[in-house]
Amino acid sequence: MSTQQGNRFFFNVDWITILIFVALCAIGFVNIYASVYNPDTADVFDFSSNYGKQLIFILTALILGFSILLVDEKFFSVFSPIIYGATILLLLVVLIVGRNVAGNQAWIPIGSFRLQPSEFAKFGTALLMARYISTFNPKLRDFKSIAFAAMIVLLPLGLIMLQPDTGSALVFLSFMFPLYREGLSGYFLLIFLGMIVLFIADFLMPIGLIIFIIVMISAFFIYQNRRKQKMIFTIVIAAVVSIAYLYVVKLTYAKVLEPHQRSRIEIMLGLKTDPKGAGYNVIQSKIAIGSGQTLGRGFLQGTQTKYGYVPEQSTDFIFSTIGEEWGFAGCSVVIGLYCFLLLRVINLAERQRSSFSRVYGYCVASIIFFHVFINIGMTIGIIPVIGIPLPFISYGGSSLWSFCVLLFIFLKLDSNRMGFI
Amino acid sequence: MDNLFDRKYTIQGLFILVCLILMAKLFYIQVGSDKYFISAESNVLKKIYTFPARGVIYDRKGKVLVQNEPVYDLIVIPNQVKEFDTLDLCNTIGIDMKGFHKRFTKAMNQSRYQPSIFEKQLSVQIYASLQEKLSRFPGFMVQNRTIRHYPDSVAGQFFGYVKEVTKKDIEEHEGYYRPGDYIGKAGIEKQYNDVLRGERGVINMLYDARNVPQGSYAEGKFDTLAKAGEKVYSSLDMDIQKLGEQLLQNKVGSIVAIEPSTGEVLAFVSAPGYDPNRMVGRSQGNNYMEIFGNPNRPFLVRPTSGYYSPGSAFKPVNALIGLQEGVIDAETPFNCPGGYRAGNHTVKCEHVDGNISLRRGLARSCNTYACNVFARIMTQKKFKSKVAAYNNWEQMVRKWGIGQKLDIDIPFEKKGILFNSDEYTKRFGKYWGYTTVISLAIGQGEMNTTPLQMANIMAIIANKGYYVKPHLIKAIGDKKTISKEYVQKNYVGVDERHFTPVIDGMQEAVNSPWGTAVLSRVPNIIMCGKTGTVQNPHGKNHSVFIGFAPRDNPKIAIAVIVENAGYGSTYAAPIASYITEKYLTDSISKGRQAQVEWMKKQVVLPIMPKPKVKYQPKQTEDTTKKQLPAKLEATPVTDITAQPKPIEITK
Ligand SMILES: [Zn+2]
Repeated sequence: MSTQQGNRFFFNVDWITILIFVALCAIGFVNIYASVYNPDTADVFDFSSNYGKQLIFILTALILGFSILLVDEKFFSVFSPIIYGATILLLLVVLIVGRNVAGNQAWIPIGSFRLQPSEFAKFGTALLMARYISTFNPKLRDFKSIAFAAMIVLLPLGLIMLQPDTGSALVFLSFMFPLYREGLSGYFLLIFLGMIVLFIADFLMPIGLIIFIIVMISAFFIYQNRRKQKMIFTIVIAAVVSIAYLYVVKLTYAKVLEPHQRSRIEIMLGLKTDPKGAGYNVIQSKIAIGSGQTLGRGFLQGTQTKYGYVPEQSTDFIFSTIGEEWGFAGCSVVIGLYCFLLLRVINLAERQRSSFSRVYGYCVASIIFFHVFINIGMTIGIIPVIGIPLPFISYGGSSLWSFCVLLFIFLKLDSNRMGFI
Repeated sequence: MDNLFDRKYTIQGLFILVCLILMAKLFYIQVGSDKYFISAESNVLKKIYTFPARGVIYDRKGKVLVQNEPVYDLIVIPNQVKEFDTLDLCNTIGIDMKGFHKRFTKAMNQSRYQPSIFEKQLSVQIYASLQEKLSRFPGFMVQNRTIRHYPDSVAGQFFGYVKEVTKKDIEEHEGYYRPGDYIGKAGIEKQYNDVLRGERGVINMLYDARNVPQGSYAEGKFDTLAKAGEKVYSSLDMDIQKLGEQLLQNKVGSIVAIEPSTGEVLAFVSAPGYDPNRMVGRSQGNNYMEIFGNPNRPFLVRPTSGYYSPGSAFKPVNALIGLQEGVIDAETPFNCPGGYRAGNHTVKCEHVDGNISLRRGLARSCNTYACNVFARIMTQKKFKSKVAAYNNWEQMVRKWGIGQKLDIDIPFEKKGILFNSDEYTKRFGKYWGYTTVISLAIGQGEMNTTPLQMANIMAIIANKGYYVKPHLIKAIGDKKTISKEYVQKNYVGVDERHFTPVIDGMQEAVNSPWGTAVLSRVPNIIMCGKTGTVQNPHGKNHSVFIGFAPRDNPKIAIAVIVENAGYGSTYAAPIASYITEKYLTDSISKGRQAQVEWMKKQVVLPIMPKPKVKYQPKQTEDTTKKQLPAKLEATPVTDITAQPKPIEITK
């Protein structure tokens, strides 16, 4: 049994994914090294520096990842409610004892180590979601099952919002994709998209004009469906809800959002330019990336990187270093790797016989996708500044380990894809 | 289940789409545009400029006329400013808290990360006390540069002044200048700005985001040192310039002296003048407004832009044209019954001279003689029409530099007035002839000249037929180069032989008992000259003298105008004689020194400064009040629009 187990382990693990994982970690290390590079004290094995620490994080992450491969696959399914419960508990704890970092109560200090529960809540939620769907096989067509699935997501999301850490909370919206895959109506995705469009329109156009446009569109569709009474009713409801939503957004914006969050949104929408204030990060990040041009300035040659023009460069803005030193070519490689990884994970998920593994796989891909999209989008100014890390690349132990755990649990499940859980 | 499996493609498609959107945006900012690359360079690279000293100006004897004095600009980089004792800083540099906040806000608005000027041109004393404390004012630093100092405090209009560049200057010079640079705005400082300014030095430094220098860019490959401006040698003789300014103090007028053989301007006096040092330093703006507010207009460069009828000073030119045309010779006599009747009006003469020929006609400044000569020139048979005759005369006069610019090397030169026939036709209709414009014969009517043009006429007579374009700078740089136009002879088209009788007449005017310019005699030197008392329709006549000396091998040609001073012989002639004596003998003979002092004390101001005007020339403090003329008229000093009218006296 043990040798068979060993063989299965080596034959069935998807080494391609592991290779991409290692490549992204290596890219991260090289660029963190460049970000904090100082020619006077350069030493690759200086473990007090950020790149030295990142090296340790990568090695421990690999050990952690391979340990996960040795865990019995049933463990994750069976223990998922407990893991989820534990992460929820941690999220509650962090609200009480959390250390305040940059206005967010995100960290639990454990000695010199800082635990960030929101990172672990992601795979906790993913596991429970997979368990719920695989166990109850809901069709996600009725209110009850949708509400239950939503509860699983909204509980950690709400707690993270309270920290407040909007960026990490937003990532939980990625659970939309696995739910969609499992039968949730496509309308939810459309409604979600509609909400974003209306949100942006709310800032760019006078509200009267938007209402006028909504009414005109509704009128058109009512005319088109003039014989279907039920359809007309739905359209009217949709129009009314849209208009109500507009006002809710306006009110939320004015009453709930912090001034710095408001100005970030305004800058992203091009309503406000403030090169020295809130827009500073984005402008400097765009300058750094843009100055890389086609092939980049070369390793350790980026002046913006070297002289600290981009704030938070080794963490949230690590992509600006890649852009400056490796240019469009380097950026394309990184985005290509991510794209390949995402498609690969989805393909792996689809070949699973167990729905637990499949749902979990979709969760993994969606979470990584959200991080990549929001992070890179932010550094090039198509998304407001939302502080979330770039998976596998950004500096930081919590984030690297949680992504590693997230991915390796899936690899473990995949290596056992022929079995039933 | 099948249709749910298809949703895989929707999701994968979405992933690919988003990756493509990211790539498209990256392509746009990285490959599609240089904008960010340039911004990155300007982020990191800061150019630190060092300012050159402007070129030194010497006079013709090698005396330094302009020095450069160090001053210190206080610079601030707003984002490096930390809490400090603002009051201490304010007291040290002499501003109040309101002023501090105003300046700081201005600097903040310019840039929070780049240095901008906080306070300009601190003196050495203030700098010394500031220097000790500078470490207590984080974010502040000092940059040194030089400003002008004029040790003699004379010739303000000649030097002009230097000022900070305006936006317009920056645009006009297409990026050569940057805010805070200085540029010559008037006088020689403007005319020779490109020579005098030198070249800025630049150090390319790399800076990090906290504005901490990270060493020089490309090992200083693109750095340059500041290069001082070139030396400039003026043709002015500071001794007579100074004497001229003293003689004209509390008067309005000009003195222009030219070395005939070279065209070099020896004296360039414009009264009232101003101390060029007042246009330097922190109080420049206030002083400018004060000088500007003086009703006698010290900023007007009268030698090149004051308009005066040449009057009798034109008579030698008229006579020479007559000789050249062959309508008279030196002995041709005309009868003077005390005036010349032209059509329905009479040009009066001061005297009843009887039969009079060229020498005596000039010596006595006979109007009748001048009109007769003019009439002969205009009625020559060779001309088919009156207009053709006038055109010929006008062309000959223009060759003397009348009615056109002499291209002197100082900005804003004016060309004077000389009508062409079209302008007369426009004014008088078809039927006008020499009788209509007869006043031109005696330098009145539609003829205005600048003092420079008058002096140049004398230089032409002294040279017997040519002039070199007058100029104020005789050599530039160590190689002492000079523009070609300032060595070239310009002939006026009158043969040399015709000059002797004219010069005789001018000598007689000064040196014979019956001459009109006897007050311009210089002991032991033969001066040739001519007085003019130029009508001023707005007030007392202007006093004019033009001449040259010595008669043989002349060294100086001179024009002196004192506005509203009455007869030419009373003010202009003696002033010219003192200047000439000083220049030729390097001193004033003992017997005449008292006269010079007396002349310096005379006050002849057409417009008295209003009492509320704060600035008074130092020397006038007591004399101004005592000698207020009874009646004053607010008039422009020149009159270029005056209509011709019957002439009563010209002398
Ligand atoms: Zn007469």
